[in-house]
This record gives sequence, C-alpha cells and structure tokens, in this order.
Amino acid sequence: MSQRAAVLGTGQTKHVSARKDVSIAGLVREAADRALADAGCAWDEIDAVVVGKAPDMFEGVMMPELYLAEALGAVGKPLLRVHTAGSVGGSTAIVAAHLVQAGIHERVLTVAFEKQSESNAMWALSIRIPFAQPLVAGAGGYFAPIVRGYIRKSGAPLDTGYRVVLKDRLNALKNPYAHLHQAGITYEQIAESPLLWDPIRYAETCPSSDGAAAMVIGSERAAEACERPVAWIHGTAVRSEPTMGAGRDRVNPHAGRDCAKAVYAEAGITDPFRQIDCVEMYVPFSWFEPMWLENLGFAEEGAGWKMVHDGTTALDGELPVNMSGGVLSSNPIGASGMLRFLEAANQVRGLAGEHQVPNAKTALGHAYGGGSQFFAMWVVGSEKK
Amino acid sequence: MSTEPVTAVPVSEIVTPIRLDYRYTPGEASSRFLRGMKEGRILGRRCPSCLKVILPPRGCCSMCGELLGEEVEVKDSGTLVTFAVVNVNFANRTIDLPYVTGEVLFDGADMTTMVLLSGVPLDEVRMGMRVKAVWLPEEQWDYTLANIDHVEPIDEPDADYESFKELL
Amino acid sequence: MRDVAVVSYAQFAARNEQSRNEIEFLLPVVKEALAPTGLTSQDMGFTVSGSSDYLAGQSFAFVSALDAVGPWPPIAESHVEMDGAFALYEAWVRLQHGDIDTALVYAFGKSSPGDIGRVLSLQLDPYLAGPLWPDAASLAALQARVLLDSGKASEKDLARVVARSRRSALGNPHAQLKGEYDEAALLDEPLYADPLRKHDLPPITDGAAVIVLAAGDRARDLCEKPVWIRGIDHRIDGQALGSRDLSVSPSTTLAGRKAGLGDIGGGVDLAELHAPFSHQELILTEALGLDETRTRINPSGGALASNPVMVAGLVRIGEAAARLAAGDGQTAVAHATGGPCLQQNLVCVLEADK
Repeated sequence: MSQRAAVLGTGQTKHVSARKDVSIAGLVREAADRALADAGCAWDEIDAVVVGKAPDMFEGVMMPELYLAEALGAVGKPLLRVHTAGSVGGSTAIVAAHLVQAGIHERVLTVAFEKQSESNAMWALSIRIPFAQPLVAGAGGYFAPIVRGYIRKSGAPLDTGYRVVLKDRLNALKNPYAHLHQAGITYEQIAESPLLWDPIRYAETCPSSDGAAAMVIGSERAAEACERPVAWIHGTAVRSEPTMGAGRDRVNPHAGRDCAKAVYAEAGITDPFRQIDCVEMYVPFSWFEPMWLENLGFAEEGAGWKMVHDGTTALDGELPVNMSGGVLSSNPIGASGMLRFLEAANQVRGLAGEHQVPNAKTALGHAYGGGSQFFAMWVVGSEKK
Repeated sequence: MSTEPVTAVPVSEIVTPIRLDYRYTPGEASSRFLRGMKEGRILGRRCPSCLKVILPPRGCCSMCGELLGEEVEVKDSGTLVTFAVVNVNFANRTIDLPYVTGEVLFDGADMTTMVLLSGVPLDEVRMGMRVKAVWLPEEQWDYTLANIDHVEPIDEPDADYESFKELL
Repeated sequence: MRDVAVVSYAQFAARNEQSRNEIEFLLPVVKEALAPTGLTSQDMGFTVSGSSDYLAGQSFAFVSALDAVGPWPPIAESHVEMDGAFALYEAWVRLQHGDIDTALVYAFGKSSPGDIGRVLSLQLDPYLAGPLWPDAASLAALQARVLLDSGKASEKDLARVVARSRRSALGNPHAQLKGEYDEAALLDEPLYADPLRKHDLPPITDGAAVIVLAAGDRARDLCEKPVWIRGIDHRIDGQALGSRDLSVSPSTTLAGRKAGLGDIGGGVDLAELHAPFSHQELILTEALGLDETRTRINPSGGALASNPVMVAGLVRIGEAAARLAAGDGQTAVAHATGGPCLQQNLVCVLEADK
C-alpha cells in the first residue's frame, strides 16, 4: 500500500556562524529556491510543505513556520511543523516522505533550518527551570561520561576522536556549503586543542551555525518527469526511548539499534557493511563516529574505533562516513539531521561534487537527538525499489 | 521635513527584548523530593512495575510508563559510575576550573544523579570510586538538590565494574 | 485511502493545575484512553504528540512527556510543535502505509504558568508585528472588529454564541465555564478588548487529551462503535494580518472541501469547531457552510468553555467522535486551528460505524 517516493531535488545554504544578510524567511527561501531549481519544479507544483526545526527559543519566535507560510509558498496548502529535538531534520524528511508514500501528495517541499544567531542557543538549551538539575555543564558535560564509558568498554585508543575530526574537517574542504573550512588542519592541532570536557577537546566539537536545508520529495510519476537523477527512498524509520531510565545503554542505545534494524529491513539490507556504499551520520562530538558505527551494525560492538584508525571511513575508504564534513563541520541544529539525509541523497544521485563517493548506489542518512534517545534514519538508492 | 538627501542604509538588525514570566510547577513527585532535600534527606520513589528506585522522581517511571509508588530514602553515599572533567564554565556557575561532574549512584537508588566531585586529585578520579555527599551548612538548605554541594571520596574499596556497568 | 477510525478518547482539563506537572496529569489520560481497547502503549504501531515549548516555557518540553507513554522498549514516535489535531493528521498519514494498524495520539499543555496572551504574541513575525506585542485577546478583537464592521454579524450574535456554549457545557464534565446565561445580561458586561467582552474570551485551561486510532477491521476489534475518519485535510492562510480579510477563513473552507465535507448530503449532525473566541465560531460556521438549524454547533461547549492550548483541537475531534460513538448523531465535522486569527485550520469529517 506504500507507494514509491524519491528525492527530486535538494538545496542548502552556506552555513556560517551568523547570517546577517537575510531574515529567517530569507534563509529558508534560499534553500527552498535551490531545491526547487534542482528538482526542476515550480512553486505551484508543490502540494504541501513540512518544516522542521529545533526549539523555538533558538530564534525567539514561537512556531515560526506560521510566519514563514508566505515565504515557503505554503498559503492555501497543508503545512506541518515537526520538532523531535536534534533528530528533527531527519524526522521532518520522513514525515514529508510519508505524505508521498501514502499517495496523498505528488510533490512535497521539506525544509529544516536554524538561525540560532538570532537568539542564544546556550541559553535555550539550558533554560534555568527552578527545581531542575542545578548542575549544568553543557552538552559535552553530558556526553563526556558516555564517551568515557565507551573508551572503557572498547579499549579504544585515546586519539580515535582526533582522527575523526581530521577526516571530517578535510572532507568539509570539498563541500562548499560547509561552515568550517579549516585548510591546513593537522592532527597535532586537534590533539593540542584545549580540553573542554575530558576527554573531549575543543576541536572535537561542532560549530554553531545558521543554515537551512530543503528537499523536494516526489512520487514515482513526479520522479519520472525529472531531468536530473533522483534518489529513491528505500526505507525510513524512527525510534525513541526515555530520557533517563535504569536500563538505558547510552553508549549503544537500544532505540538506535532498533531504528537501524527497521530501516534495513524495509530497504532490504541484510549486510549493511557490504550493501551500503556510504553513510552520513550525526556526529556532533568526534567519538560518536565509532559509537554509531557499532550502533548501526557496521562494526561489531567494541570494534567501531578500528574502522576509524584503518581508514575504512575515509572518503576513499571502504565505507566513507560524513563525506560532507558532517555535523562536526556545520551545525545549524534544526537542519543538521536533514543535511545528513540530503547529503546521502545527493551521493546516490551522483551530485555530491568534490565529495562524491564514486559509484555510490545506496546510502544511509542518520540523525539523532536528545540524550541519545531520538533516532531517524533513511536508506536511499539510485535504483527504484 | 528635512531637505537633506536620504542616505539609504538598510536596516540589517533589530533587537527585540523578550520577557516572559512563568510559574513552574514541579509536580507532586518532585515536590516531595524537594521537601525531602530541605530536610537533608534524599527521597527516591519506587516504580510499582519494575521496582527500580527512581531518583530524582519527576512523576513516572519512564521505562514502564507508570506513576511512581512508594517513597524510598536513599543514602548519601554512593558509587561514581562515570564522570567528566570540565574545563569550561557555563552560563550561571562559576566554579574553579577544571572541575569534575560525576554521575553518582547513591546507595539504594537505581539511577545516577549528576553531582560535583571534589577533594581528589584529577588523576585519581576513577570509575567505581566510593563517594559521599558533602552538604551545605544546614541553615543554607533550600528546596533543591544543590543542598548537596559536592561528593568526596570515602575510604572504601572501589565498586566492582560489573556492579555498575549497566548504568553507563 | 485506508479507512481509519477513532476507537478511544480521553481528556483531562482544569482551570489551574497547581500540584501536578504535565507527566503526572497526562499519564492517567493515556491509561484511560488505552484501557477500553485492551492494548498498551507498546502495542501501538506509531505514537505522535502535539505540544509547544513556548507554552511550557521550556525547550524540548515534549521530551519528558514522552516518559508518560513508557517508551521502553523503544517505540516509533514523532512530535509536532502544533495542536494535537495535527499530530492526529500525521498518525492518519502513517496508517495509510498499511504496515501498522494502530496509532496513539496525544497532546498536552499548561496555559496557566505563563501569560498565555503574551506568549501567543510570539507567533507573529519577529520583525514587524511581534515587537508591537499584540496579545492574543487584542488580535482576536481586531478580527472581531473586522467581522462586525462587515455587517455579517452583530454583538448580539457574539452573546448568543457564548450563552449557547455555556449552556451546552453544562453537560460536559471537563468544561470550566458553564451555566445558564441571559444574552441581554451578557451584553451589559463591560468591554474588555473592544468589541470583545471577557466572556468572549476562552478560559485559561491546563489539559491533556489522548486518541487511539485504528485502521480497517482492527478498529472493530478494539471498540464497539468505531467512528470513521471519512476525510481529513488542513490548510494555512498567510500570516501578515493586513494581507487577508480577517472576517473569512479561506483555509477552513478549502480544508473542508478537501476533507469531503460537501459529500455528506444534507449536512452533518454536529460540528465541534475550535473557536477560542466567540466571533470565530461565526466565521468558521460560515466558512464550512454549516446550517445551524441542521447541525448542532459545539455540543461540548467548545473552546469557549475549556481551552487547553495545543490540546483543544484534538479535543474537538475526540468530543465529536465520542458523541457519534454514543449514538448522538451519525456524522460530524471537527475543526482545529493554530496561529493568530484562525491562520491555520484542520477539518476532519467523521462518520459513525453503521
């Protein structure tokens, strides 16, 4: 009963710390215009719009999609706004895909964005509610103990994270849209950068970016009318688990494993390492790469770090990860999940430019959020399935 | 009306102060916990389904989706399950850097609580250390977990990794 | 399209929930909605909720509320920063794929902690309208003024809506504002935000609602009388207040048409319209082409009697469905709104199982 759907076009803005030259509407419109142009699609051919972003406090506008209705050509159309914390960019794309797969719409525009320079993201992430946890140490303070737990469980070398950063930041140099373009970055610079939350160093963290991502998702009929190659959506899945709970495994989250199993089953993937050509995964702190490699079933539990050290996940490796530079190189929070999905789509369309993996036919897009509790994933491919 | 030519400088930024006041309700479970803290007691609640002691209680056991049941007083000694050495100060706390935030499993609870760890050189901090709460002077106690200023190591053998690895 | 039905509904609403937090009052409603179906939240194929961070005064407000559903083992779940009615829409879409048969939809919110009128001002564009801080009552009053000036309605019509709402609410245990009110006496009350009086505004309500949806034959397994969603659609108008005629609601009309309201020959038996302000009920009635002599409007009392923000739209669907399930009519239309002055609107056409 579920119909085929494909990514017909994508668009994104060049991610920077602050876009002072556009309003929020200008930012999203920039990405949306590019997506429509890439899809060869006119505004009046869009049947519905699905917007995603992280907490409204990041811009200081409540439900900004309401104000953005005109800018997104949504007047007279259905408009939905998804918010699933950090995974939102991914789950937004999935909601859009579902509308097409259910046969309700032919073409859906999906946009995810964050213009976090407008407000104060640090404040928004840790608004001081009375009675809440009085000790706040930032996102890294929450994740550093988890990383320590991973190192303890796996025996991974302490510089595993540095190698991830080096790879991602060098990849970013091949992505004109990436925020951080650190030409000449070296392993030593990363290894010597200030320790923020032991063992996480400053260089191993993601930037704070303003940015938007957009895609046009269409039906089989709409895809067939496209001149440029499309990315067929082979599978989608979302999973969530509680914030705190006796029994949660924050190093190898249950919800992540379940989500991967579900998306692979739908996409007909039985051997992820062999059948998936490349991965765009949500890595805001370097150590998440080895952890997610295990969580996603590409590596045995405790062995993900080996793929980092032996070059498997390099752009020219057997399983390239974060060819775009990933979240470590650009992080407009609400958009980051969609950027992973979008980059995966562009890989199988052969349109990833300098950071293209040759002959990529099947790719995984991955997003997560909250305290490693919300997951959204999709598998896209160059072949219809 | 001015006769000066208008030099069109586009408005590129406006600052709109936003002030919203909220009265937050901690909820029944949390209120009971906070009243306990004011008395110097750490009160967890047991989930009637999985029987685990939830700390701090906020209403329900999230693993079971059940409202919390009996109150269980938890000791103020515990095990340091994991920790982070923090080198950067955030918004509203100014603590001497570096400081250590620990996830402590207080004896009797089934969930960890984040607390400051002090009184031990950085290179001696280790997972499994036995610690005890150091409270603020009683006259400073309020309805908050912050009555526990920090935890310090106590002279007990480290807890076995197996006993707490599930909480990582 | 696959047939999807409302098989269960429960809600909680109160003036000022001072002692319990959102999890504590949501959880019993989840249990109450699931109980008659014999299923647990773990049995649901998909779970989706609606709520707002700014309403709660907290980023990620929906995250802790998810705990009330006990998402362990992990569940397929999503969330919209919109009224729960739109979460129901997302669940309905998901059920169309055919691989799952049930969905749990919930919404929650406390309007009492903040100054709800001012909080809602933040829904405006932050450059031109927002900085003027027009609160929700003022915006509604602007719209009411446009309506009255158009000649399509009078003050008396507003009083009639309020009196009827409060009288109907006498039969609704979840309503806060109920009673017999004389229309002339209502008109004698002082103006609050010209041309609106205090009674033209909704109460400040804290609440939660849960609906269980099921597809096809599964719906008949789970309840005695499924109420089928014959059509559901939503549309949005532009926001810039000066850019549209506030006395009409084209997005409601369009959504109604797309939801197949016109296909119900002779009109529906009842309508639950999400109109937090009295004049909005008149606009919506006209937008949907409802004949008041044929269709009972807001038998629950509507949002004028109980208005848990982010929940009230889902409640309209639940209230309409519950009445049909009880045999109090065969067909209904339920409506939900979001944004200033009826900017965004959802219409759901319901029919009781025969």
